[in-house]
Amino acid sequence: MTETAPTITRTVDARGSYCPGPLMELIRAIREAQIGDTLAVYSSDKGSKVDIPKWVEKAGHRLVALETRDGYDEIIVEKLR
Amino acid sequence: MQRIVILGGGVGGTLTANLLVKKLRKRIDAGKVEVVVVDATGQHVYQPGFMYIAMGGERAANLSRPERSLLDKRVTLMVGKVARVDEDAHHVELEDGLILGYDHLVLATGSRIVPEAIEHFEEEAHHFYTAAAAARLRSALDAFDGGRIVIGIAGMPYKCPPAPLEVSFLIESELRDRGLREKSELHFCSPIGRAFTIESVSEMATPILEQKDIELHTFFNVEAIDPDRKMVMSLEGEELPYDLLILVPPHKGQQFLMDSGLAPAPGGWLPTDRHTLQVAGRDDVFALGDATDLPLSKAGSTAHFEAPVVAERIAARVLGRAPEGKHADYEGKVMCFFEIGDGKGTLLQFDYDHPPKPPKPNQLWHLGKIVFNKTYWHTVPKGRV
Repeated sequence: MTETAPTITRTVDARGSYCPGPLMELIRAIREAQIGDTLAVYSSDKGSKVDIPKWVEKAGHRLVALETRDGYDEIIVEKLR
Repeated sequence: MQRIVILGGGVGGTLTANLLVKKLRKRIDAGKVEVVVVDATGQHVYQPGFMYIAMGGERAANLSRPERSLLDKRVTLMVGKVARVDEDAHHVELEDGLILGYDHLVLATGSRIVPEAIEHFEEEAHHFYTAAAAARLRSALDAFDGGRIVIGIAGMPYKCPPAPLEVSFLIESELRDRGLREKSELHFCSPIGRAFTIESVSEMATPILEQKDIELHTFFNVEAIDPDRKMVMSLEGEELPYDLLILVPPHKGQQFLMDSGLAPAPGGWLPTDRHTLQVAGRDDVFALGDATDLPLSKAGSTAHFEAPVVAERIAARVLGRAPEGKHADYEGKVMCFFEIGDGKGTLLQFDYDHPPKPPKPNQLWHLGKIVFNKTYWHTVPKGRV
């Protein structure tokens, strides 16, 4: 079986926004998304790669990927409920 | 003749107008410059006082004065609601049909609460973001004789970020004084992973919550209220029962800013340059106070420290020079008092590059807040501090 990149349903570009801005923008997007959707958050705030995975776990969603890009982090989340 | 139009007669709009008079007095007196403030009600309201209606015997009548009495006589005050801003035509349209042209525009339009965004909020949840709501909360506290109090935040950003923590501390203190503490539980719900957005303040507040036996619930984003079961539910899937529910209502920017294409929906916050305070890509439109999207407290203090920069930058445009001096750029300065309860307080002072280092809570900072509240009318709007 080959691993394929997840299909992103929606991208939330929160670069330039400061804590807790990226988390709040993800929460807004999750509220609007359907179960099974996959969301990507771009954040240049260093706190996001700690805060967002913690929130994802608490809220019962799935952290699909967390990757550091050029000057920002890309965090991919699947809405599970 | 150049006309500077300032929308909003709160801290930011009033102070900007009065500072512009100080900088441009000769030109105003010569009829070359006009400063106009447009305000929806004509009443200047000291909103930080609302919390004290609920918690400290303050009266609504003490918290409102005619905007005219706070403005320099050279400033024109127009009372009316804004319908839209037409940037191409360089004018503002009021709801009564009046059209007001501008050469420089200041958006000091604040934020508004939208409790109706959450079903059952208005009949179930108390808050302290209007004088009337704060008075209702006071009555509810007077009638409270023990049980579960849940305090939370039903949307970010919101005005005066420390306020829900302050209210938690003050209520805990009051319950002890009234002999109700043993019969009561206090729960504080934070939408993020800690007690407060700024880490250093969170580090100060968390042990105080523990010491006062106020249970902290993190990542609790209010999603719904069930009035039959007296339960508040979070997006994260938690449910908390309550006997008394106190929630910061969701906030938004003004609708006309979204309708005019100046601020994006759904929040309606103006995209604002963090140093020049210009609204994205525009030379002649400035924003300050709650109306901006800056990562700072929505608080009068923010507007207080932004107004000198807006005034300097507009004066420089009028006078055909570069902005100069210590108010050429905004560095994110904010300063506010923080109530801890039991007659003690602390101080939060910070800017973009320096997070707050709150001093150990003591009586002095509490008294500082009380004195500031009482002397506000004579100091801040007139540019004396």
